[in-house]
Amino acid sequence: MGNYIIRRLILLVPTLFFVTVIVFSMIRLIPGTVVDVLMSELINGGGGSEGGVTPDRALLEQKMGLDVPIHIQYAHWISDIILHGDLGDSLRSQRSVTELMAPKIPVTLELGIMALLLAMVISLPLGVYSAIRQDTGSDYIFRSIAIALIAVPSFWIATMVMVFPSIWWHWTPSTEYIALTHDPWGNIRMLLIPSAILGTSMAGSTMRMTRTMMLEVLRQDYIRTAWAKGLRERVVVLRHALKNAFIPVITIVGMQLPILVGGAVIIEQIFVLPGMGRLMLESINKRDYTLVSGINLLMAVFVLLANLIVDATYGFLDPRIRYR
Amino acid sequence: MVEGVAPVSNLAERSKKRPLLVDLLIRLVKEKPLGLIGGIIFLVLLFTGIFANQLAPHAMNEVNLLARLQPPSVHYWFGTDTVGRDMLSQVIYGARVSMIVGMAAMSLSIIVSVAIGMPSGFFGGTFDLIVQRIVDAWMCFPGLIILISVMSILGPGMWQMIIVLGISGGIGGSRIIRSAVIGLKENIYITASVAVGTPTLKILIRHIIPNILAPIIIMFSIGIGGVILTEASLSFLGYGIPPPQPSWGGMLSGLGREFMIQAPWMAIWPGLALSIVVFGVNMLGDAVRDLLDPRLRGGVGRYGGVKTKIKKHELDRRVITKVPGN
Repeated sequence: MGNYIIRRLILLVPTLFFVTVIVFSMIRLIPGTVVDVLMSELINGGGGSEGGVTPDRALLEQKMGLDVPIHIQYAHWISDIILHGDLGDSLRSQRSVTELMAPKIPVTLELGIMALLLAMVISLPLGVYSAIRQDTGSDYIFRSIAIALIAVPSFWIATMVMVFPSIWWHWTPSTEYIALTHDPWGNIRMLLIPSAILGTSMAGSTMRMTRTMMLEVLRQDYIRTAWAKGLRERVVVLRHALKNAFIPVITIVGMQLPILVGGAVIIEQIFVLPGMGRLMLESINKRDYTLVSGINLLMAVFVLLANLIVDATYGFLDPRIRYR
Repeated sequence: MVEGVAPVSNLAERSKKRPLLVDLLIRLVKEKPLGLIGGIIFLVLLFTGIFANQLAPHAMNEVNLLARLQPPSVHYWFGTDTVGRDMLSQVIYGARVSMIVGMAAMSLSIIVSVAIGMPSGFFGGTFDLIVQRIVDAWMCFPGLIILISVMSILGPGMWQMIIVLGISGGIGGSRIIRSAVIGLKENIYITASVAVGTPTLKILIRHIIPNILAPIIIMFSIGIGGVILTEASLSFLGYGIPPPQPSWGGMLSGLGREFMIQAPWMAIWPGLALSIVVFGVNMLGDAVRDLLDPRLRGGVGRYGGVKTKIKKHELDRRVITKVPGN
């Protein structure tokens, strides 16, 4: 187990290297570079703070560190990150990227965790029930619900949640952010609807996965033995089948994390939550590309680590899996 | 499910005569009612997209300021928007965008995944190791976030969207192709081919590609719903299809959201259309996967017993139908 984690950590290095290369080159290699975009924006007078000053391409490139060959740029950029944890300065405000991101992280994290929990609370029992009552009416209903949860886009659900309660009962979900430290209960209450919507698609796929895995396990010999021993259904399902069925489900949940993080962008935008997603959209609208790449890097590293943890738990939960 | 227990020899003969796709279609109609519904929804989408000009009662951006924000009526079935454009026509033209982006991006994504996954799986070794780390790295990025970043640099537009969705989907999809190729290349006929000195490119084209058609079809049908949904999400956030072009996602943002209380029909119809299409396409995708790949099936049978037996027959049949030609 320990060896396995060490090996995974070593494999993490090349992956992380390519993650940084992608983030780095995204801004610099795509046709119509960021400098071009910024230049044309400044010339067309959309610049804002620099208003009136003729844009100086060389100065702009120097400011972004683009005036040296690309591998040296990368070396500068990566050594700043590794040695100082410094993701560079925002192009628009003169603050550092890490400083801008820090207050936003907990909001998105909380939203994500709540979405995850809500999705699990709904999907796991329904998935299990669907499996043990396969091909009955309730199975069909739950399966249809699961497919609908995947198919209906979260931004549409969010819009409908805003529209109909307001028409019928003159009530709209609050879009005023309450900090967790300020009023924990109010914070959780206000995040409940956004996180439930964020969790819909994950709930749907987890429900389907749970059902499939449960069916697979229920067909195995040791379950037949358990039945033959005359155990009650509750015991067979809860004590014998559930543990084994849940293991692959955890992997699926881990694989869905990137989707969850991506979905947070939309939900934060709709419910005006001051999280990473909104910061992301703001920085893109302001063409603040150092900030954009900082966010991308952080998100990717988060997903990478989350997947590692999921894989490690996998071995921990299932003693049959021996990592060498 | 009863047809599943037909004599194997008969089935083998039958599937030999028909091309993969025709056989797939016939079995879809016979065995998968939900998949068939999905297929019909998909065909309706295609039909609506192709004949949008003929189907839409009003022209694409026909503005009628006298009929602004009309609720659904006999004349405007789905109501009108803030400048008096007919919502029904907008939704119909939106189908065209979804259809084009969905099909084109998914096709590109297949090409990219074959281009990456096939050499990676076939040659293996250091090349594979490096390519797979790059794929790993790419898959760490939360989909929407990297897509928004790239789209903001490329600028909104349909072609940019297709290219970005296609390439980014293709990188992830290359995993599936790679594992299919790795499974294939141990086959004796590949070794024989190498032994008689067939050029590698010819082996890839003559022997590998025809044999990975099943995973390719599965990828296409499973993935297209996600692509349509992602296009809508990007357009919703304003990084997808630029406004004058009606796209379902775009219609739900901007004015659709501003006026959603006064004119809820502006937000209802595009979202409903989108949900139904994604639902249908997903059902079709699931059915296609079940028909083509027995290993990924969502299980038939309850607690073992009689139905498990049927499943075994089905498995046999599927294996047979999966071997194309010789």
